[in-house]
Amino acid sequence: MPGKLKVKIVAGRHLPVMDRASDLTDAFVEVKFGNTTFKTDVYLKSLNPQWNSEWFKFEVDDEDLQDEPLQITVLDHDTYSANDAIGKVYIDIDPLLYSEAATVISGWFPIYDTIHGIRGEINVVVKVDLFNDLNRFRQSSCGVKFFCTTSIPKCYRAVIIHGFVEELVVNEDPEYQWIDRIRTPRASNEARQRLISLMSGELQRKIGLKVLEMRGNAVVGYLQCFDLEGESGLVVRAIGTACTLDKLSSPAAFLPACNSPSKEMKEIPFNEDPNPNTHSSGPSTPLKNQTYSFSPSKSYSRQSSSSDTDLSLTPKTGMGSGSAGKEGGPFKALLRQQTQSALEQREFPFFTLTAFPPGFLVHVGGVVSARSVKLLDRIHNPDEPETRDAWWAEIRQEIKSHAKALGCHAVVGYSESTSICEEVCILSASGTAAVLNPRFLQDGTVEGCLEQRLEENLPAGCGFCHIPYDELNMPFPAHLTYCYNCRKQKVPDVLFTTIDLPTDATVIGKGCLIQARLCRLKKKAQAEANATAISNLLPFMEYEVHTQLMNKLKLKGMNALFGLRIQITVGENMLMGLASATGVYLAALPTPGGIQIAGKTPNDGSYEQHISHMQKKINDTIAKNKELYEITPPEISEEIIGSPIPEPRQRSRLLRSQSESSDEVTELDLSHGKKDAFVLEIDDTDAMEDVHSLLTDVPPPSGFYSCNTEIMPGINNWTSEIQMFTSVRVIRLSSLNLTNQALNKNFNDLCENLLKSLYFKLRSMIPCCLCHVNFTVSLPEDELIQVTVTAVAITFDKNQALQTTKIHVEKSLQRASTDNEELLQFPLELCSDSLPSHPFPPAKEHLESASSNSGIPAAQRAASVDYSSFADRCSGWIELIKLKAQTIRRGSMKTTVTVEKASPMGEGNFRNRSAPPCANSTVGVVKMTPLSFIPGAKITKYLGIINMFFIRETTSLREEGGVSGFLHAFIAEVFAMVRAHVAALGGNAVVSYIMKQCVFMENPNKNQAQCLINVSGDAVVFVRESELEVVSTQQPTANCQPSCTGGEVTT
Amino acid sequence: MTSELDIFVGNTTLIDEDVYRLWLDGYSVSDAVALRVRSGILEQTGATAAVLQSDTMDHYRTFHMLERLLHAPPKLLHQLIFQIPPSRQALLIERYYAFDEAFVREVLGKKLSKGTKKDLDDISTKTGITLKSCRRQFDNFKRVFKVVEEMRGSLVDNIQQHFLLSDRLARDYAAIVFFANNRFETGKKKLQYLSFGDFAFCAELMIQNWTLGAVDSQVDDMDMDLDKEFLQDLKELKVLVADKDLLDLHKSLVCTALRGKLGVFSEMEANFKNLSRGLVNVAAKLTHNKDVRDLFVDLVEKFVEPCRSDHWPLSDVRLFLNQYSASVHSLDGFRHQALWDRYMGTLHGCLLRLYHD
Repeated sequence: MPGKLKVKIVAGRHLPVMDRASDLTDAFVEVKFGNTTFKTDVYLKSLNPQWNSEWFKFEVDDEDLQDEPLQITVLDHDTYSANDAIGKVYIDIDPLLYSEAATVISGWFPIYDTIHGIRGEINVVVKVDLFNDLNRFRQSSCGVKFFCTTSIPKCYRAVIIHGFVEELVVNEDPEYQWIDRIRTPRASNEARQRLISLMSGELQRKIGLKVLEMRGNAVVGYLQCFDLEGESGLVVRAIGTACTLDKLSSPAAFLPACNSPSKEMKEIPFNEDPNPNTHSSGPSTPLKNQTYSFSPSKSYSRQSSSSDTDLSLTPKTGMGSGSAGKEGGPFKALLRQQTQSALEQREFPFFTLTAFPPGFLVHVGGVVSARSVKLLDRIHNPDEPETRDAWWAEIRQEIKSHAKALGCHAVVGYSESTSICEEVCILSASGTAAVLNPRFLQDGTVEGCLEQRLEENLPAGCGFCHIPYDELNMPFPAHLTYCYNCRKQKVPDVLFTTIDLPTDATVIGKGCLIQARLCRLKKKAQAEANATAISNLLPFMEYEVHTQLMNKLKLKGMNALFGLRIQITVGENMLMGLASATGVYLAALPTPGGIQIAGKTPNDGSYEQHISHMQKKINDTIAKNKELYEITPPEISEEIIGSPIPEPRQRSRLLRSQSESSDEVTELDLSHGKKDAFVLEIDDTDAMEDVHSLLTDVPPPSGFYSCNTEIMPGINNWTSEIQMFTSVRVIRLSSLNLTNQALNKNFNDLCENLLKSLYFKLRSMIPCCLCHVNFTVSLPEDELIQVTVTAVAITFDKNQALQTTKIHVEKSLQRASTDNEELLQFPLELCSDSLPSHPFPPAKEHLESASSNSGIPAAQRAASVDYSSFADRCSGWIELIKLKAQTIRRGSMKTTVTVEKASPMGEGNFRNRSAPPCANSTVGVVKMTPLSFIPGAKITKYLGIINMFFIRETTSLREEGGVSGFLHAFIAEVFAMVRAHVAALGGNAVVSYIMKQCVFMENPNKNQAQCLINVSGDAVVFVRESELEVVSTQQPTANCQPSCTGGEVTT
Repeated sequence: MTSELDIFVGNTTLIDEDVYRLWLDGYSVSDAVALRVRSGILEQTGATAAVLQSDTMDHYRTFHMLERLLHAPPKLLHQLIFQIPPSRQALLIERYYAFDEAFVREVLGKKLSKGTKKDLDDISTKTGITLKSCRRQFDNFKRVFKVVEEMRGSLVDNIQQHFLLSDRLARDYAAIVFFANNRFETGKKKLQYLSFGDFAFCAELMIQNWTLGAVDSQVDDMDMDLDKEFLQDLKELKVLVADKDLLDLHKSLVCTALRGKLGVFSEMEANFKNLSRGLVNVAAKLTHNKDVRDLFVDLVEKFVEPCRSDHWPLSDVRLFLNQYSASVHSLDGFRHQALWDRYMGTLHGCLLRLYHD
C-alpha cells in the first residue's frame, strides 16, 4: 500500500441557486479517486454550505496516484428526482508526490461545469502520505520532477543533462464513441476532460520511468500536446529533457565555487577521462530498445533515402579539425570526439531547452526542421501508438541527419507540433543544430566545476557564432567571414536559431519581433490527392517564409534571429505559414548589406523611376530602423577583418525537408541558386506585393518593444509590473476575393491590427516590452482564420534603459576588482585620443573580463535579467569610441558622465525602498507569465507542474454575448482556475505558462459553440528582491562605474 | 474580411477609467467610440478607429461581466474570475454606486417601486441622463434599500458592510434609503432650490435623533423608521403655542435676549408668534404619515419662506433659533424639556441648512 490520499471538504461559497422555490441549494459533495467514492452530508438550504467533513481516506498505489486526478463533484440533493450536478473540480495531486514540492493542497477552487462555466467555489484540503517502496519493477515514477521551463530552473543546478525523453499515448476520443449519440453534451465533455487528465497522468508517469532509467531525477522543458485526430483517436504526446538536478540550498553556498579563476579550470576538459562511454552507455544503451516503441533498424533504413548526408553511426571525427582556427583546432577536434561519443549513445541527441548553463553551448549551426504529411485514416491500428511513434521517429531521424550535415551532434531548442485538418495531418519538428560541451552530458563529472567556463580559447560572446561545419566542405553555400569579435574563427553572415539569445552573447542595440506571414490557396481534395497537394505546396511555403524573414531582417539592419518558430497550418482550402522570431544584431557577425531592387524590364523609363523610388524607400526604412533599435556597430576597416572570402552572397541556415506519407523526402535548397539573395527582382505583381508588404509593417509606437524570446536583448532594467494576456481574433474571409494576394493581405492585416490593438491596450504600461509573444494560427473552418496570441508585457525603467544596474550589483565585487586591474593595464589602442579619467579596455580583454564572470551559476543569475548587461556594456563602450572618433568635445563628455553617475544610483535605491508596500498590498495575487522568471523577484520554490485541460460548451451563444462574450468569459475562467490551483499549492505565480491549445468551434445558426483549452506552466513561490536584502547593492555599484559610463554617454 | 471574434483577456483585468465612465453613463459602444475619438485619443496614441472600437468592445464586455458581481460588492472581493488590485476594486464599486445629483433629486423620497421605474423615461428626458444610467442608479437605490431594510444596527454601517462604499457615499445612501422609507416629499416646486446635500444633511440629523435607533440600538430597521412614540409625544409641545401665556413669555424671553443683536429684530418681533406656531404645529402634526411626508414642505412654508421674504440674514436666523430653543428651558410651566430638545435640536440644524436661496 504505497500511499494514502486524504481529502477534506471544508465549505462552499457563492453556489448557484438550484431550487427556484426557495432560492437556495441543498448541496453535498462526492469525492472520487479511482473507483472509490465518498460523500459528504447534505447541507440544507444554503448558498454557502459548511460541510466540514471528516478526512476521506483513499488507500492507493502510487501508480494510480500519478495517473488519476482527484475528482470532486458538487451536487444539489433532490428528494424526488435525480440529484443535479452543480459542477466539478479536478485536482492533479502529482505535486504532492515529490518531496520538495507542495506538502498540502488547500484552498478555494472554482466549481466548474462545462455548460455553465464557474458556479461558485469549494474549499478543499488534500494531503498524501507516501510509503517508501523499494520494488525495482515498479511502474510508477513518483519523485521525478517536471518543469515546463525550458532552461535549468532557477533554484536548481544541473549536474547532468541526460537528454531527450518522449512518450505518446493514444485513446479513442469519447466524442466519437457510439455512446456519444445518446449522452448529454455535459457527460461527453466530462468524459473527455477526465480521459485527457488520465492520459496526461499516464504519460507523465511513463516519461518519469524513462528518466529514472537514465538515472535522472527531473524533466526540464516538458512539453505536452494533444492531437485531436477525430475518428482515429485522441493522442497525447510529450517531449522533454531529462536532467539530474541538485537543489541549491542557499545562494551563498555555491558562490565561492565559481569565484575561482576560470583560467585554472581550462585544462580540465583535457585531463578528464576522454572516453565517457563507460559512464553514459550504462543507463542509455539498454534503454534504447526497451523504451522506444519502434525498431531502430527500420528507421535507420529510412535515413538513407531522406538526405544526402552521411548518417552512419560512425562519428566523422575528422570533419571539424579542418575548419578550426589556429588555436581552437586541436581542442575542437577533441571536443568533437568527446561530444560525439557521448551523444552517439543516444538515439536522439535532442534538447528541448532554449537557454543553457554557461559553457554548455559551444557552437550553433543553424535551424534544422522537418515536416511530414500523413493521412490519419491510413493508420492500421488506430488504438495503438506504434504508427504515430514511427512517424515521429522518422521525423526526428531527419532532424538528426540535418544536424549532422551542419557538423553538429546535437539539436537544441527542439520542439514538435502538428496541424490537423480532417484526415490530413502535418507533423513538424524543428530545432537548432549545435555542438555542445560534453561535460554536462555524462556521469562522473567533477563536482562543482560544472558552472565553470569551458576554456579560454573560445571567446565568450562570439564562440557560439563560429561555424561548427567544415569550411571547405560546407553543407550549403554560405558567405563566411572572420568573426568580428575575436577575428580568429569563421562566422556566417546570418544566423537563424530556435533558442534564446545566449547569456554571454554580445549584442548591439535592441532586438525586435520579426514575423513572416503567408497564405497559399489549395484545392479541396480527398485523401491521397490532398496529401500530395499539401506536400507539393510545403517547399514553396518554406522558401517564401524564409525569404520574407531574411528580407525583414535586412530591413531591420540586423543579422541574427533567435526563438524562430515556423508554424504551418493546414485548412480545407488553404495553407497558412506564420514564422515569428526575435531579430538582433550580433556583434560577432558582419553588418548586413542592404536590399537591392532590380526590375526585369530596364528599358521602361517610368518603371525605372518607380524602382528607384522604391529603393529609396527601402534604404530610408533601413536607416530609420537602425536608429530605432540603436544599431550602431563599430566601423572597422576591411584590413582588420582580414580578407573576406569572395564568394557569391548566398545564404541559408535552414536545412529542411518535406516528406509525405509515401516516405519520399526532398531536400530544399534555399540559397536561391546562384542569385544574390539581397536582390529582390520585381518581375511580376507578386514580387511587388512582397516589397509592399515589407514596407507596410509598422514599428511599435515609441516606448514599446516586442520580442518572442524570454527577454528583450538590450533592455535589462525591468521593473516589477507584469501583465500576461491572451488575445484571440477570428476573421471571416469573404469567399469572393479568395486569391493568394488578397489572402496574404487579410492575414497580414489581421496580425498587424492585433499587434496594434495590444500596443493600444497596454499603453498605460509604457515604457514596456512585450516578451515571449506567441502567435498561433488555426483554420477552424473554410473561411475562418483564428489567431491566438499570448504574451507578457513587462515595464522597464526608461531612465536607466542604457545603464547596467542590478546586474552589476549581482555580479558583485569579484568582477569589479579584476575589471579595475585590466582597465589600468591595457593601453587604449582604439581610442586614439584617450580619456584619461575613463579608460576602456580593448575588446579582447574586455570580453575576457566579462567572461570570467559568466562562471556565476545559472541559479544565481536567475532572478534578474542578467545577460544583456554585458552586451550593453560592450555596446556602450563601442559607442563611446565612435563618439570619440567623431571628435566630440572632451569636456562636455566628462560632465555628462559625472552628472549621470549620481542619478541612477539614487533612483535605484529609491526604487528599492518604494517597492515593498506596493508588493505587500497585493496579497493573494497570483502572477502568470510565459517567461521562466519574474522581474525583480527570486523564485524560491517550484511547487510542481500545472497542466490543465478544459472544455466549455454553450447552447445559448447569443445570451452569453455571442462568440466574443463566450470565449472572453471562458478564458477568464481558465485563468481563474489556474490561479486557484497555484494558490492552493501555496504558490504565488505560474512561470513558463503556455496556452498550448485553444480550439474554438461555433455554430451560430444553432446558437451553439464549443471551446477546448489546454494550458500548462510551473507553479512557483517567489519573493521580491527588495524584500530579500538591500545590503549588497551599495558596494558594487560604485565599482561598476567605469563600465556604466559608456552606456551613459550614448543616452 | 469581417471580424467574427475579437477578445483580450489579461491575467490582471484591465480597467480603463475613461471607458468605465462612458459605460456607467450608459453610452452605447458606438457612442462611446465617437466620444473617445473626440477626446483626441487617436492623435495621442496613433491608434486607428478600428483599434478603438475593438478596445471599447472589450472593456464593455468586461464591465458587463463585472456588473453581476458589482450588484453584491463583497462577491467582487472574493470572486476568483477577475484578478483586480484592491484599489481598482474600490474604484469600480465606488463609481458604480455613484449617482448623478440631477437624478437623485428626481427620485428622492419616492417609493422605489416598479411604478417609479416606469417614470425613468421622463426623468431621462428631463435630466439628459441616459435611460441606461438612470436605470442603473435607480436599481442601485433599490438594491441597497432591499438589503438593509429590516436589518439591525446602524444604517450607514450596514450599507458600508454590504456594499463596501466609502464613508461619504454610504452616508448618502443612508439618506436615500431613509427618504425612500419615509417617503418625504422633495419634488414640490417650493423645494426645488434644495440640493441633495441639503436633504442628506437633514436625513443624517433625523436618523441620529428621531429614529428608534436613537433610543435603542437593538431593533430592526432602527435607523430607517422614525420613533413612533416620539412622534406621538410631540403633540405635547402644542402647549407652547396653545397656552397664550406661555407663548407670550417665550416671545418676551427671546426678544429680551436678542434685542440689539438682531438686524431684523422688528420683523422677528412681529413674526414671532407665526413662526413659533408654524414650528410647533409641524411637530404636532407628525403623528400622521401624510404630514410626515410633507415635513420639508411645511418647514419651508412655515419658516424658511417667511424669514426669506423679510430678508433675514443667515446669522440672524442662527441667533434666533439658538435663543428660541434655549428660552424654552426658562419656561417654568413647560414640562417637556427633553422632548423639546430632541425635536428642536434636529430641527435647528435642518432649518439652518435649508435656509438659503
